[in-house]
Amino acid sequence: MTITKKLLTSAVASAMLVGGAQAEISNDTVKIGYLADMSGTYRDLAGPNGLTALEMAISDFGGTVNGAKIEVVSADDRNSPDSSSSTVRRWVENEDVDMVAGLVASSVTIAVSNILEESNKLGIVSGSAASSITNEHCTPNHIHYVYDTYPLANGTASAVVKEGGETWFILTADYAFGHALENDVTRVVEENGGEVIQTVRHPFPTSDFSSFILQAQSSGADVVALANAGADTTNAITTAGEFGLTQSGQTLAALLLFLTDVHALGAQTAQGIQLTTGWYWDMNDETREWSDRFMEETGVRPTMVHAGIYSSTIQYLNAVKATGSDDSQTVRKQMMDTPINDMFAKNGIIREDGRMVHDMYLAEVKTPEESENEWDLYEIVRTIPGDEAYRPLSESKCKLVTQN
Amino acid sequence: MTEILGVPVAVLSGQLMLGIINGSFYALLSLGLAVIFGLLKIINFAHGAMYMLGAMCTVLMFDVFGINYWVALFLAPVVVGCFGIVLEYFLLRRIAGQDHIYSLLLTFGIALILQGLLTNIYGVSGLRYSMPEMFRGGMNLGFMFLPYYRAWVIVAALLVCFGTWFMIEKTRLGSYLRAGTEDSQLMQGFGINVPLLISLTYGFGVMLAAFAGALAAPIYSVSPVMGSNILIVVFAVVVIGGMGSIAGAVITGLMMGVVEGFTKVFYPEGSAAVIFLVMVVVLLIRPSGLFGKEA
Amino acid sequence: MATTTTQTDIQQSIVKQQKAEQRKKLILNLVLLALLLLAPAVFYPVFLMKILCFALFAVALNLLLGYTGLLSFGHAAFLAAGSYTTGYLLSSFPGLTTEMGIVVGTVASLVLGLGFGLVAIRRQGIYFAMITLALAQLVYFFFVQAPFTGGEDGMHGVPRGYLLGMVDLNDNTAMYYFVLAVFLAGYLLVQRIVGSPFGQVLKAIKQNEPRAVSLGYNVDRYKLMAFVLSAGLAGLAGSVKTVVFQLASLNDAHWHMSGEVILMTLLGGTGTLLGPVVGAGFVVTLEYQLSQGPLGDWVDPILGAIFVLTVLAFRSGIVGEIQNFMRKNLS
Repeated sequence: MTITKKLLTSAVASAMLVGGAQAEISNDTVKIGYLADMSGTYRDLAGPNGLTALEMAISDFGGTVNGAKIEVVSADDRNSPDSSSSTVRRWVENEDVDMVAGLVASSVTIAVSNILEESNKLGIVSGSAASSITNEHCTPNHIHYVYDTYPLANGTASAVVKEGGETWFILTADYAFGHALENDVTRVVEENGGEVIQTVRHPFPTSDFSSFILQAQSSGADVVALANAGADTTNAITTAGEFGLTQSGQTLAALLLFLTDVHALGAQTAQGIQLTTGWYWDMNDETREWSDRFMEETGVRPTMVHAGIYSSTIQYLNAVKATGSDDSQTVRKQMMDTPINDMFAKNGIIREDGRMVHDMYLAEVKTPEESENEWDLYEIVRTIPGDEAYRPLSESKCKLVTQN
Repeated sequence: MTEILGVPVAVLSGQLMLGIINGSFYALLSLGLAVIFGLLKIINFAHGAMYMLGAMCTVLMFDVFGINYWVALFLAPVVVGCFGIVLEYFLLRRIAGQDHIYSLLLTFGIALILQGLLTNIYGVSGLRYSMPEMFRGGMNLGFMFLPYYRAWVIVAALLVCFGTWFMIEKTRLGSYLRAGTEDSQLMQGFGINVPLLISLTYGFGVMLAAFAGALAAPIYSVSPVMGSNILIVVFAVVVIGGMGSIAGAVITGLMMGVVEGFTKVFYPEGSAAVIFLVMVVVLLIRPSGLFGKEA
Repeated sequence: MATTTTQTDIQQSIVKQQKAEQRKKLILNLVLLALLLLAPAVFYPVFLMKILCFALFAVALNLLLGYTGLLSFGHAAFLAAGSYTTGYLLSSFPGLTTEMGIVVGTVASLVLGLGFGLVAIRRQGIYFAMITLALAQLVYFFFVQAPFTGGEDGMHGVPRGYLLGMVDLNDNTAMYYFVLAVFLAGYLLVQRIVGSPFGQVLKAIKQNEPRAVSLGYNVDRYKLMAFVLSAGLAGLAGSVKTVVFQLASLNDAHWHMSGEVILMTLLGGTGTLLGPVVGAGFVVTLEYQLSQGPLGDWVDPILGAIFVLTVLAFRSGIVGEIQNFMRKNLS
């Protein structure tokens, strides 16, 4: 079986040599592997509904590309880099998977991107937050599509400082993601003339935030920023509300909030919080139309990650169609050469380090009076142009950039 | 302002208060564990899941049936307690008399099932539950703003803890319980239905966990995974107090809440690890825990 | 006269039986060895290596749980100590040969095991389990804080390198046979220990500690030896796992991992040599298969149900139940 396969591929390779750089789709199949947390902490922001988004993209594309069929395999990453790397290794080595989508926990993403580089396949990261994925951990074999910590800090912090929030108290989740956010926020605050007067690092995960909220209150800072995620953030916001943090004149800024988090909190608790997002379902007719279809399938409104999975899959298939190839470098180059204009992004550009640069949005959570239904949660306050939001290439530590 | 180690006294008094509030949750949870272990010798690894069930029930009772907080605070523990009795009757009973480790494995399996099923139905982001109207707001104690609800947590938790201690140590029912688990044949001979007593005890221990869950619903994010991390902390509390010691579990629960609270000020990163450090030190000095009887 | 004949007859038949049993065991072992040698032709090698690493980990735990009667709830600490030490060394010192990295990782776990052992060994039963858990939580905290571990991002891109500076381990087949060799060495070591006089004392401690004390054995020292050996083997498993996957992560140090290895051991059968291996193979395969298919989000409840079932219906574990069945049918 494998021998025939090897023979075939070498035959194809020699045919390519003879016939010039004629592109081919291997095995006449484009195979996409969806790897995400299906059962743990990050289930809701990507998870099973992300697979639905991926399948929607394939069926919208028509189910085939240049006559080759499109197949999907999926797996739960268990948030474990070991399990994920054995899954992905088998996908690329034995099952001819061409592209891996989803990818949430940063440890999983980094492990998988190393394997993809080794085997020269493509990964499109939609779920992870760590900006290191296209910085020190960048590879020529993956694209980081939706957001990262850099614009999260950039968008929210600069907006809040400009509104007069000069002194900052940062409550950081004590792990790499939290530290990255904390550093980015500190830099942005200081650049804009503000000052970080205290940072406190809480263990991950923490269920009771009252002690930290009390410390934030007695710090006297104008702004209390939450550099954490998921249940930690929602717990901290609930507790801040209970202890009357905002009533006493302090501003609460959450650096990473997904729509699902805000939905869990509800407009009553979350109202007035400013946050940065890569996409929101209720921005225009295009986004609403797609979100309605998504909701019909899943029963919930999509997060930016769900929309990113859909959009990146369409872009990927377009590139395969245009080049007639599923070779990772050919497709990646095509994707880099084609600006992204769809319901997810306008004029989105994939840079050489793999970062997809697109506009980000500063949003404010609506009050219960303004909110018309349980998913009507954000008011988009400002659009942050992509090249202002993301880390500039001049600051990059990516090996693909410094080489040039 | 007066300061201790560079931290104003007012801040420390606030942290002491919050420590006691958190400790109240630990006390309730470890009390249930201590009752189950002390009387039934079951290592209940489903305790975190029962805490979660209590909170989930409270939220769902409101969402589905519109049952208000006060009724749910009573009803949710009862429902979960009955569920516990069913578990005891159909599952745990079959491994009575076996090595402790089997009860650990069995209850761990049950916890995995419950957590997994509910995750698939409700997701992990958490369910919304709003604070009952009468608890909105709080009082200014001078050194801190104390929300009314947190004050209620202390009162409710301590009442339930004291009641439990009183029932087990000072009443006839409690003495049956203690005797029944020590020498079940003898008690059976006296005409007491020991298996029923055991079922009820397990149900009661689980009920305490569910009560803690219901109490937590308005202030913590309620989700199917909320019980998985608190479990080992509570185990640590029970071990520090001395396994099986009812009063020990309550007092240690409160103490650990305070210890953790102060750690959050002086070395916040270490606040999740400090309880385990205390546990190692205590077991080195007093092998059977602070309040345990020397073996 | 007549009685002596019967006695020799009985003795002879016992010897015969023992020989027959030994032969059976030998054949069984040879068959298993052949299967392991041929397995990569059928199964995916990285997957097999994962099973072997966890099998070694479970075998290490079983030395304590199954043969000494001590339940450690903190064995993840040793797996992670081996894993991170080896990962750090191989990443930072490119000149180091792979086996040196693994040896040092194992030694690190041995030392950590000695520390744990000295603190925990005097406590019994549930207290022993809880103190190992507490110590492991402190180790976890250290790994979260220590900069070299990369926190929750983990340590990535650990080079597999060359065995003895010659054999290229980047080749999966070479890597597989190396992992197999390490696993067999660990397995045979435990087999040797269990069969030795030292192992007999351990079993005596498990069955009745006061009697072992009254027989004049320094029980604490035996327990400590067993604990340190077990920790070292767990560290070896972690070190090899790091080389296989080229990464080390916090999952290895989390208490769930300590729980998982206990489940593997119990599921396969404690106190049997092969049990932990079968248990590890079963759990890893199940988790892997379930996470792939349409049941992806049902892994936890299904695992949970299997544990419940095991405790209720197959308490001696897979291998233990098979042994019981064979014994019943043979006699």
